[in-house]
Formats: sequence, structure tokens, C-alpha cells
Amino acid sequence: MVRITRALEFAASLRYARPDLSAEGNAELFGSRARHHGHNYRLEVTLRGEPDPLTGMVMDLKALQDLLDEEIMARFDHRDLNFDTSYFEKDPPTPENFARVIQGILRAALPEGMLDRIRLQQDSDLWVDVIEPAP
Amino acid sequence: MIELTRIELTRRYEFPAAHVLSHPALSEEQNQATYGKCANPNGHGHNYAVEVTVTGPVDERTGRIVPPELLDRIFDERIRSRFSRRLLNDDEAFSDCVPTAENIALAIHAGLATEVASRSSAELVRVKVVETRRNSCISGVLA
Repeated sequence: MVRITRALEFAASLRYARPDLSAEGNAELFGSRARHHGHNYRLEVTLRGEPDPLTGMVMDLKALQDLLDEEIMARFDHRDLNFDTSYFEKDPPTPENFARVIQGILRAALPEGMLDRIRLQQDSDLWVDVIEPAP
Repeated sequence: MIELTRIELTRRYEFPAAHVLSHPALSEEQNQATYGKCANPNGHGHNYAVEVTVTGPVDERTGRIVPPELLDRIFDERIRSRFSRRLLNDDEAFSDCVPTAENIALAIHAGLATEVASRSSAELVRVKVVETRRNSCISGVLA
């Protein structure tokens, strides 16, 4: 088995907010992250599998890029995570929550068992890995 | 499936520090032979980067494994105050071992693990010490 990683970068805005809290309550719970701000996200998507004997690839790289463009870039790049997506109506777009949303999207979009892990890097000094169970 | 998915959060810190690679039980010639230019008795230094990785349940209310500010406080109290802009050899962790990247990673791991466990619901998974762009060491469990 091998693991292959493809990286993408996108920019999005966000604020941490729970609908059950007032603006003051959200500011108290989340501090400055309750304010509208943004990040340059870097996402590393790692696939696992055996290389196809003919092509030598776990997955056609062009097909993977098309999938990532459709599933990730179209949804999140130059978007607002709170207003332009439905994933954070209840839960704040922390890197933990955002990474798990992305993991769910990619797990559903990729051939079963192919997703190994993702790394969502929000800043040069903070990132989250979500790792699928061993095969 | 989903409950077996593992989630980790990593925070990266930097601090500058000096060290001398030499063991007090060895002669200067032996230290020189073992550690080369790193044994310079007057010391040398690095901008150390430390990647601290934790795992644990994501709190439903805050959406976090651990508040980054808490991890930062623990790091500042337990590690930065001990090591930043200091000679690492002066620290008690290196009273009878040499402050190599390996031993620094182990000392930082030991200095953080109990604090992280007692002050949050997270657990320390690994510590990576990046000594130079060409030299790093990981203590703990690889995912």
C-alpha cells in the first residue's frame, strides 16, 4: 500500500458563532474569533491504495483534482463559511469542525476506503489532522 | 467507522536557545570526537521549532479539542520559560544527559504530558523538535 498526497489552498472568511447564544455570549465564549475574519487554508488530502498496474497511479491525478475542485474549491474558496455554506449553522467553524466536515465530504466523494487522512492548516502554526482507521 | 476516526490538533512554537553537546563524564577529546563542532564548549544556538500534537474528544459547545490559548499557556509556563533564550545545558533535564534534539524532544514531552492531561480533556500524542531545517526529532506515537 502507498499513500499519495495532493495539496490545495483556498481563502475563506468565517466567525465562530452558536445560534443559541447572543452576540455578547458568542464574544464571551469565542473571544476575537467571534468577529468576522478569514484564513488562507491549506488542505492536504492523502489517499491510500495500490497503484494501478497499468497507470501506476492510486487515482488519476486529473480526476482527483477535478473532484477536489468540485467538492472543496467550489464550496469553500472565496466564500464565507457561515453565510455561504450550511455546515456551520449550529457549530462554529473551528479547524476541528471544518476538518471533520471536509473529511465527510471527501469520504463520500472518493471511492470507498481510498481516503487515508486530511490535514487542514489554518495558520503556519496551527493545523488539524483527521485520520481514517487503518484498513 | 466514524467513531474510530482520529483527530489531532498541532500547534507550532518557536524559541531560540543555546546548547553545548558534551557529556560531563567524557573528556574534552572524547566529546570532540563524539559531537564534533557541536561540542564547542562556548556553545552555539538554534531557533528551535516545536510542534505539539494532541488528540481527544471535540467539545460539542466550543468545537475544540483544546482551546489553543490553553495549550499556549501550558507551553509558555512549562517550556518557553525554561528554555527560551537560555543555555539548555543549565536545565535540570540535562544535568546528566546531553541536550541533543532527541533529549530535548523527550524533555518537552515529559514537561507537557501531565499538564495537558490534567488541565484539559486532551492527551499529548507527540512532540516534534525541529532543530534546523535539516534536523528534527519526534517523541511519541506516529499516526
